Amino acid sequence: MIELVYFAWVRERIGQARESHETNAKNVRDLIEELKQKEERYAVAFSDLNAIRVAIDQDLVDMDSSIENAKEVAFFPPMTGG
Amino acid sequence: MKISVQAEPFDYGALSNEFAQGHTHVGAVVTFCGIVRDDELGGLSTMEIEHYPGMTEKAIKAHAKTAKDRFSLAEVLVIHRYGSLKPGEMIMMVATAAPHRNDAFQGTEFLMDYLKSRAPFWKKEIVNGEPRWVDAKPEDEDALSRW
Repeated sequence: MIELVYFAWVRERIGQARESHETNAKNVRDLIEELKQKEERYAVAFSDLNAIRVAIDQDLVDMDSSIENAKEVAFFPPMTGG
Repeated sequence: MKISVQAEPFDYGALSNEFAQGHTHVGAVVTFCGIVRDDELGGLSTMEIEHYPGMTEKAIKAHAKTAKDRFSLAEVLVIHRYGSLKPGEMIMMVATAAPHRNDAFQGTEFLMDYLKSRAPFWKKEIVNGEPRWVDAKPEDEDALSRW
């Protein structure tokens, strides 16, 4: 079981800020595919992967990173700080 | 290093003064503050800043440490606000202290470039009553390549 957290328009499109998720996925890309199959709102949120950034346990990672030891996976748009 | 992620306003003048004092091995202090800008001729009513508690502090700390080592900074201060801000309000500040000014300037620019696109903040503008997320600009990403 991993915690999924969402920010900014990813959160708005999915319609919730966090959830627990049982997954068979090995990496981030597979996890996204799994979510997209689940419900339309995920397919909408993840329609353009170039606009999605990912963090595993609060460190930025890429789409091919393993989620095998992940506790928390976060999805969000490119950051706009400063 | 002092890092604060906070909703409350900060006193830029007082913090800059405090930061610049008490060093004998520092020849230069550079301070920067970012302000909520209305590009919409009065149309921007609010800027809402969302962040990822925990990761935000972790990311800023990591970039501040990198800046400190790379530019031989004696001290670094980063304050970044979140929540609901009005045009003209200060969003964030960075201060760096170094023996020489070039390192203090470069350290500040380095930190600003990284905070812009590697610290987990997202801005949403309310313009003429309509909310819209601020998109990251390609040039912000390009800015990182110079480091």
